Amino acid sequence: MKHLLSTRDLSAASALRLLDVAEEMSAVGEREIKKLPALRGRTVVNLFFEDSTRTRISFEAAAKRLSADVINFAVKGSSVSKGESLKDTAQTLEAMSADAVVIRHPASGAPARLAASDWIDAAVINAGDGTHEHPTQALLDAFTLRRHWARIGGTPSAGTTLAGMKVLIVGDVLHSRVARSNVWLLTTLGAEVLLAGPPTLLPVGIGSWPCTVFYDLDEAIAQRPDAVMMLRLQAERMNAAFFPSTREYSRRWGFDDGRLALLDIMGLDDTVIMHPGPMNRGLEISAAADSPRSTILAQVRNGVSVRMAALYLLLSGDPHDDEPRDDETHSLPHDLPIPEGRTTR
Amino acid sequence: MTMPAPESGITKRVVLAAADMDRALTRIAHEILEANKGSADLILLGIPRRGFPLAQRLARKIAAVDDAVDPDLITGQLDVTMYRDDLRRNPTRSPQATQLPPSGIDDKVVVLVDDVLYSGRTIRAALDALADLGRPRIVRLAVLVDRGHRELPIRADHVGKNLPTSSRERVRVHLGEIDGLDGVAADEVVIEDRA
Amino acid sequence: MTDTTQHATSTEYLIRHASILGKTSADLLLRDGRIAAVGDTAAAQASPSAVTIDATGLVALPGMVDLHTHLREPGREDAETVETGSRAAALGGFTAIHAMANSSPVADTAGVVEQVHSLGLASGWVDVRPVGAVTVGLGGERLAELGAMAESRATVRVFSDDGVCVHDPVLMRRALEYVKAFDGVIAQHAQEPRLTEGAQMNEGDVSAVLGLTGWPAVAEESIVARDVLLAQHVGSRLHVCHVSTAGSVEIIRWAKARGVDVTAEVTPHHLLLTDELVRSYDPVYKVNPPLRTADDVQALREALADGTIDVVGTDHAPHPSEHKDCEWAQAAMGMTGLETALSVVQHAMVETGLLDWEGFARVTSVIPARIGRLHDQGRELVAGEPAHLILVDPAARWTVDPAAMATKGRNSPFRGLELPGSVRATFYAGHATVLDGALATPRQVAPAREAAAWTR
Ligand SMILES: [Zn+2]
Repeated sequence: MKHLLSTRDLSAASALRLLDVAEEMSAVGEREIKKLPALRGRTVVNLFFEDSTRTRISFEAAAKRLSADVINFAVKGSSVSKGESLKDTAQTLEAMSADAVVIRHPASGAPARLAASDWIDAAVINAGDGTHEHPTQALLDAFTLRRHWARIGGTPSAGTTLAGMKVLIVGDVLHSRVARSNVWLLTTLGAEVLLAGPPTLLPVGIGSWPCTVFYDLDEAIAQRPDAVMMLRLQAERMNAAFFPSTREYSRRWGFDDGRLALLDIMGLDDTVIMHPGPMNRGLEISAAADSPRSTILAQVRNGVSVRMAALYLLLSGDPHDDEPRDDETHSLPHDLPIPEGRTTR
Repeated sequence: MTMPAPESGITKRVVLAAADMDRALTRIAHEILEANKGSADLILLGIPRRGFPLAQRLARKIAAVDDAVDPDLITGQLDVTMYRDDLRRNPTRSPQATQLPPSGIDDKVVVLVDDVLYSGRTIRAALDALADLGRPRIVRLAVLVDRGHRELPIRADHVGKNLPTSSRERVRVHLGEIDGLDGVAADEVVIEDRA
Repeated sequence: MTDTTQHATSTEYLIRHASILGKTSADLLLRDGRIAAVGDTAAAQASPSAVTIDATGLVALPGMVDLHTHLREPGREDAETVETGSRAAALGGFTAIHAMANSSPVADTAGVVEQVHSLGLASGWVDVRPVGAVTVGLGGERLAELGAMAESRATVRVFSDDGVCVHDPVLMRRALEYVKAFDGVIAQHAQEPRLTEGAQMNEGDVSAVLGLTGWPAVAEESIVARDVLLAQHVGSRLHVCHVSTAGSVEIIRWAKARGVDVTAEVTPHHLLLTDELVRSYDPVYKVNPPLRTADDVQALREALADGTIDVVGTDHAPHPSEHKDCEWAQAAMGMTGLETALSVVQHAMVETGLLDWEGFARVTSVIPARIGRLHDQGRELVAGEPAHLILVDPAARWTVDPAAMATKGRNSPFRGLELPGSVRATFYAGHATVLDGALATPRQVAPAREAAAWTR
């Protein structure tokens, strides 16, 4: 693994390995001395083109626990418009001998672009790109779900998949990188994924996703999910005619106290409620966020372990035993080009 | 006994058979008790993967001598992956679990257990890993095979067999607990040479 | 009309054994800008100083005519100039190109179109025909001075706001009506603006996965549907630029069946590439309209073969590298196309059996010239006609290397692809602009004589 760009490209074996390593990293987090020397002398750059304090500090804690040097590089919107291009920034970081670049960017595909370019040689970790993916968030969600699933199954979580688990993801799927990364990762790990949200916030083309889609949240809950993941509703969607009003949205697709009570009535004692944060309380989620079903703080804690695992797996190992890069020359058949399905860079 | 391996030009030579191995471990167990003047404060930490089952076997042998000892309570596993100095030179290694006995290691006599002592770099990593977990009173080292070629000033306190080798050769330790499933004859030490 | 046939002292060429339109093998004699003879008599009529070209195995075709080229001059000479763009055109087998109006300043006055026209004449590689803007500054609010451009020395006949859609239905109706006065045509870039705000790629399975804002097919089709109905209502000529969806094809097929005077164009890239390529996030695949699905590609190929789509237009859109060396969303839209058009069309249409070389000539030369009212281009290869023709080696195979191209743009989506067909020679009014597959010399015309021709 040279880069971590999306969960769609992640095989079940790679995903499981990452989660298993994260289990060991998590054990380190419980010791008195939480630091490991594995990445001593290596430089990790947090390159944030978008503010996200929680994601940045999670990566920073992860890198520091592995003894890497951390450089935080925030490129504000204004610098981008002043011509501070991704290419210029990448070349600057290359000159600083960055070993890994953790990138958060408002443009979908910016991390993939960085990884495929010859601007920089470092390992690239996608910390959220536009409305594309947020793979470490999905990995920490999967890690949290796996621990929960293993606990109720009475098995150790290392080495196990999410087979048999039913996960419901609710809200603005169209603009959610968290939803996309989770759909691919959770299904790769064997879970069944259900999606629910207003039709305006489900992308055209969702029919080809390995999920069942519901427009009615209560109908989706009636499928007895083992976990309900609420997505954040971005403020900028609220006035763009995706739905009539926040009140109507909240009534139809918010996880409110009534729906929390419904889980009890249905006897879904082990169903957990997740949220990637930050939450809009009273909009997509209510006091359910504070109920014992909520995994929200565990998600934050697990984020550091998962990011340690990602950094360790990307930065250790012989950098030269990579697969050869695709040759520039390729040829297309006459009767239609490009293969179906997943492509790798 | 030398026999050509079926696959390729590799020759294999069994240097310790199961019975030899068992005798060596019995001797080491006695040596450990002798050096420690009994079983007080004794902790055996195996280095994954094969050091751990060896530590368990030694603990059982110690318990057989001293019935005050519960072998499970004096055995643990110490992963050294994250402390290695060759992480970039090899394919990525997944770290294994570190499990300490409930008593911890502070002020204990910790015996590190590994299958083969070679460059000494693994033990160097283990000493660093140990320092992050606590402060033992004494640290000793027990190995099943010492094959020489040390690159660091490290030596073992207890050695099952000293085995002069060329650096071209590979020493393979097969243990029933780990390799038994693979259809390999359990419990033997083999030297492989690429002819 | 520019009379490109009067050229007294040109080299005489005797082309031996060319396969005319891929059929009969014959000799052609080019003299004084015209085809002097075709067939067995050509060699006998050649003067002793004639340069003989052995065209055994080569196909002779009428010089290609592009209805859709972005030359960027004036204003973005860092991206392309009339000189570099027309060199690329000659190498690609073109003898005439239409320079789109979205330069800076916009080609919305007689002054700008005459400037572009003069630059074309000075370059001398191809006939550069300026396209006039439909609305002032491509603003979509007021009609540009269409009549003045039509009557200028550039004799503009094709008008387009290409790059943006003439989306106001009243303005579009007026434009369609107005250009009837001088036999003009409105070439529409069909893109409903509200449905494509922030659009980055085709809306469908791939955009859903990539998280890129979709450019739905309906945004093109709704404008095409409206425009064919408007054209029918006012009895005007409409040309639809770069048709990219199967749905648009259906609408145009329906309109033609109803007798609407509509013509349609497809780009080489829409005949070959699909939105699957966007998975790389490489902006070299970013173009407007976007690459669509395999089903759309198949429908476009069939429509070009059956005449529903009339012509191939390159939509050659060079960009400086920094406009592509960035993240997808910030990258400019557009691809170069002049130097790969012939090969891509051969690959997608000829080698698949959908078109023969005569059909190729129809969609790349005969009909584009007719739509642009270029009376001396796209002619039959017979004695007496202007000598705008090319020699193509259909058996050649080459690997696309953008760095080796004459255009300033390095943004070819065919980079690294092995393609068939190579332009060995281009004759522009009997003058060889390309010989042995390399640029030769531009055609020099005395300015006074041209001036006289314009005022004819
Ligand atoms: Zn256009």
